[in-house]
Formats: sequence, C-alpha cells, structure tokens
Amino acid sequence: MKETLYDKIWNEHLVHQNTDGSALVYIDRHLIHEVTSPQAFDGLDIEKRKIWNKDSIFAVSDHNVPTKNRSSGISDKISKLQVDTLTKNCQKHNINYFDLNHINQGIVHVIGPELGITQPGMTLVCGDSHTSTHGALASLAFGIGTSDVEHVLATQCINLKKEKNFRINISGRLEDHISSKDLILHIIGVIGTSGGTGYTIEFAGECINNMSIESRMTMCNMSIEAGAKSGLIAFDEITYNYMLNKTYAPSEKYFDNAVKYWESLISDVGAKFDKEISIDASDILPQVTWGTSPEMTTNIDGKLPDPDEESDVNKKEYIKRALAYMDLKPKQEIQSIAIDKVFIGSCTNSRIEDLRQAARVLKGNKINKTLKQAIAVPGSGHVKKQAEDEGLDKIFIKSGFEWRDPGCSMCLGMNDDSLLPYERCASTSNRNFEGRQGDKGRTHLVSPSMAAAAAIKGHFCNVVDFLNEK
Amino acid sequence: MKNKIITGQAIPFTQSNIDTDAIIPKQYLKSIKKSGFGPFLFDSLRYLDPGDLSTTSSRNVNPDFILNIEPFKTGNIIVANDNFGCGSSREHAVWALKDFGIEAIISSSFADIFHRNSFKNSLLLICITKDDIEVLLDDISGSAKYELTIDIQNQTIKTPNNTVFSFDINPSDKERIILGYDDIGLTLQHSDKIKEYESKMKIKKPWMFEDNHE
Repeated sequence: MKETLYDKIWNEHLVHQNTDGSALVYIDRHLIHEVTSPQAFDGLDIEKRKIWNKDSIFAVSDHNVPTKNRSSGISDKISKLQVDTLTKNCQKHNINYFDLNHINQGIVHVIGPELGITQPGMTLVCGDSHTSTHGALASLAFGIGTSDVEHVLATQCINLKKEKNFRINISGRLEDHISSKDLILHIIGVIGTSGGTGYTIEFAGECINNMSIESRMTMCNMSIEAGAKSGLIAFDEITYNYMLNKTYAPSEKYFDNAVKYWESLISDVGAKFDKEISIDASDILPQVTWGTSPEMTTNIDGKLPDPDEESDVNKKEYIKRALAYMDLKPKQEIQSIAIDKVFIGSCTNSRIEDLRQAARVLKGNKINKTLKQAIAVPGSGHVKKQAEDEGLDKIFIKSGFEWRDPGCSMCLGMNDDSLLPYERCASTSNRNFEGRQGDKGRTHLVSPSMAAAAAIKGHFCNVVDFLNEK
Repeated sequence: MKNKIITGQAIPFTQSNIDTDAIIPKQYLKSIKKSGFGPFLFDSLRYLDPGDLSTTSSRNVNPDFILNIEPFKTGNIIVANDNFGCGSSREHAVWALKDFGIEAIISSSFADIFHRNSFKNSLLLICITKDDIEVLLDDISGSAKYELTIDIQNQTIKTPNNTVFSFDINPSDKERIILGYDDIGLTLQHSDKIKEYESKMKIKKPWMFEDNHE
C-alpha cells in the first residue's frame, strides 16, 4: 500500500491500537523547557512515578532567560524560580540540561536540530506549540500540554488519534530576497489559521526541494499558525548533508544504517492525501501582517482591508477589531506604517541564514533615527558564535542594532524584552496576537530581511526594491 | 451508566480565533503551580491595568468585558465562534478557565492542542454547527438570564426555551468527563507492550537509543 511520509512515521511508532480509534504512539525524543514542565515533574512526584527513559530527554531554559548581562543572572525572582526549578528537576532525574552559560543553550527548537538531537524518522514532542519546527528534518514533531509532558515522561508514549494527510505542493522558485517566511505567511493567508486543523501538513514540490533546512524549519514552525500541530518535509540530500557532524547525531558505527532508514522517509508516489493544494512560489511578494492573527497578511504593495466591503458579519467585526487594536485605517497602504521597534529572532527566524539575510540588508546602513530600539537575538550559542565568526555581529551593531544572547526574547515578552503599550514592532516571530509581545503592543510579522529594511527606513518597504537600489 | 449534567449561565464570545495568549497572558506562565490562574483569566481584556503574578492590589476592572457583566461573570459555560483556543500549547489556559469556574465550552471548532489539554483536565468541549452557534449567541445576548443544561450521557444541550441541540463526542472523551481518568495509570497497564516495542526498535534503530549523557 502507498503511504504518505506521515503514515510511515505513524505506523512505525504504533505500540498499541486502542478500541476507540486512538493509538498508543511511542515517542523517541522529548524536549523540555522551564515554562511547561514544572507541573509535570510535580505530578510525577505526587504519584511516585519514574521517568521511563531519561536518555530520550533534553532540557533547556529559553522563554524566561535574559538576553543581555547574562553573567549577572536572572533579576526577575519569579522567572528565576522557574529556571531554577528546571535545573533542579534535571539534576534530580539525571536529564541532559544545557544551562544559561552553555554553548548549546538556545531556543529549544533551534538547538534540537542544530545539535542532531532531532533526527529524521523520529517522533518528537515538547510542551510548546512550535515543536512543529522539527518536521523540517522528516521527523513527526508536535507540541503538547503539560499533562502530556507528564504522560510522556512517565510512559514514553502518548495516546493520539491519527490526523488526516494534507499536502501543500509549492511549485516554482522564490525570487531573490523573498524568503520562506514570506511563503508560509502567504500560505496561512490562503488557508487561514484553522485551515490545517486536524491535519498533518506535508510541504512538497520544487520550491521545497531547493530550500535549505533553515528555511524549511521556518515553514514547519508556522504550520501551527495554520492550525496543524505538525508540518513535515521529506528526507533528501539536503537533509542528509545537514545531519553530518552533529553532536548528538547517530554515532559512526550506526550512521550508515541510519541513513538507509532515513532514505525511506518520503511519501510514496501515488500515496493518498485527504487534502491537497498547489501554490506557485514564483509570484510571491514580501509579506507583512497587518492584524492580530497570522492569517491577516498582505504583500508589501498591498493595502489594508476595508471592513465595510466585507459581507460576513463576523469577519467584518473581526477586521474592525483588529484595525482598532493595531491603530490602522481601512485601505491604508502597508508601506505607510511606521514602526517603533524591530525584533530579529525567535524559533521562526533566529538561525544563521536568517541573520545573514538581515545583515546583507543592514550592511553599510544605519537604522532610522525614529526607531526606539532594534534587537538581534541569535537562536542559540552556536548560532551566535557562527555569526560572530562571520562578522555579522559587527554589521548589526554598526547599523544600530543591539546584539544579544540567545533566548525567546521579544517573541512573547516573558523576559526583559517586550513592547510597551501601543508600541509597534516589525518582528520576525510567529504570532501577532493582541498583547503577544507585551501588553497592548502591536506586532507586524515579517521576514528577517524585511525587518532589516523596515529598521533602516523606519516604515515598511519592499526589501527587493531596497536592495536593487542599493 | 453514570452521567454528568452541567447546568449554568452561558457566556457569549462572538469573536472567532480566541487564542490562548488572550485566555492567559504570558506573564502568568511563570508560575510553577497548576492552580490560582482563575483571577487572571482573559487578564488583558478583563482589566484596564496591567498585572502579573506579584500583583496583590485590587484591579481596575474593564466594565465592557463580558466576564465583568452580570449575569455572565458567574457563568460556567462559554459559547464561542470558530477556532477557540488557537495558538500556544499552554495548558495554563485550561487551568485558568477551570479555576475561574468554566465547566464547558461550546463552539463550532477548537484548536487541536487546546482540545487535548481540555479533556485531560475534564473541561468539556462541545462542537456544534456554525448555524447553531449563531442561534445560541443571538439568544444569549438577547436574554437577561440564559441557562443551558448539558446532559453528557445523552449528548444534548437544552436551552431555556426548551430547544434541544444534540452533539457528537468521542466515546473516550465522554467517559473521561463522566468518570475521570488517570491516563498515565491506564497507559502503564501497557508497560509490557511498550517494553516489547522498545526492544524491537533497539535492534532495528539502535542509534535512537544511544546514551546521550555528556
């Protein structure tokens, strides 16, 4: 029988088929961070339950961590307690933990792939919805809540109902300076924030075949913004090359066998998908979100919608509310929107490729005087080091950006980096919900190069035109 | 078989895509406990002043927000438009809803992770059609008091004017709400099967089981 990539990984991990249609599925890797794990460890203690396989777990603090003056520790006492609690739990259970000063520390979804913790064909979970990121390496990865974190710690398994198969075929190639962030925002704009609910999305086609793993991770990362818990991309030579020389990748004695297995991680020709759509990448323009949901996106030449032209009453109200929150007008041009802050970072766009793209735009330029702040936050200690080896840090700093230490930073404002009320930010993160980056803050999601161009101009502009003029 | 009936005032949320960031904002995720989130449910909509876990002073209430209006402030059943609970996987959202007193949410669709988290905590989610949601939302907004009765065993929702909506629910989710489950305990009954699976995979894919400790 012809199987999709998702079918294959699913079937490979079945432990027990339940009578209600759900199944007990084995989990190969469990990543944990400080925010969604303390209550899970507590639960184990209360029931006197043991951890099933500590070797499958890697832990890191990322959400609460300061991204500057790290040597002086965490000043917020409540944040500190949460990070200390993770440290203590990992020590107690002998779990791999990368502390704040470890080179491996970083955003959990950046360090998993970069250290080879994430491997093709694995099932991988984390108490974080952006776990979908890891699907770029042909691993079935999805976010779970804290009860499930506890469940996986205690049993190495999770009860799941199989999702349906959804393939998005992307033909053509992205134009120069258009990134996979623009592509995924465009796709979310097309299918909506619940377009993928109940499905595992496989991204396929010529455009994906030519994409780096970093760009693929941006795609899979934002599958959840389309409602799909998991995004997947088939194993290929690009994946193979990425897996070479990774710290926790299969050791030499197993590597060739692993590769043989990995090569099977593709959807069979003729496999059945429950839903399939096609997107042409070649005519995609840089995207900017204008509202309070990732589906509220338009291209850089676009205008904001007019609620009066919307016939559906609920949608009309939804647009009105978003425009009011964002303090924008119907039919306003995207390029007319001026910004206060720029954030380059997050599990969506903080990898070396992202920083290179932003730096290419910033080189030889200064950020606009009207800006209150611009920060670049590498996704991990290794990304930071690589960027510094390439001299990117100097480009950022020279242009007026602050160069920070790795963490989730301003993506969600659980640390010192956040928006003040009514501040407007060009952000490379993944969610533009009300208050996401700080109470009453206003977020516009963009690619790293678009964020950099906006930083220079002080308002949104087409980075392609900007670079062509340069 | 046992049953569970949930009765109480309905709370209308006309907006679609209510996200978990709105249900419980990030600053409260710093707590290492499962309890005490109720006062912070929908925090940035419910109050006009900012708060965090250390806030002890009384808050400046937003009089326009639904949970600050009688009779909704003591309601226990939310009726909402599409895609309720989208966004972050934070189970804190469910803990906050439960702690506030919400026992059931009726919507035309829910986000997947939120759905799992809810049933893990015995928060009943009911899916009915968009048209039925429209009817309910209109009725609730047009009534001074509007109490719904949810009969889980018989899978029905009864309105004050005796209209009855029936709903579908996964049988195991139904049992979970009525009886309450120790999911981990149930899974551990399959320990032998898990071990058997592991032994097989350790031979087939030994690289996935390497000792990763430094």
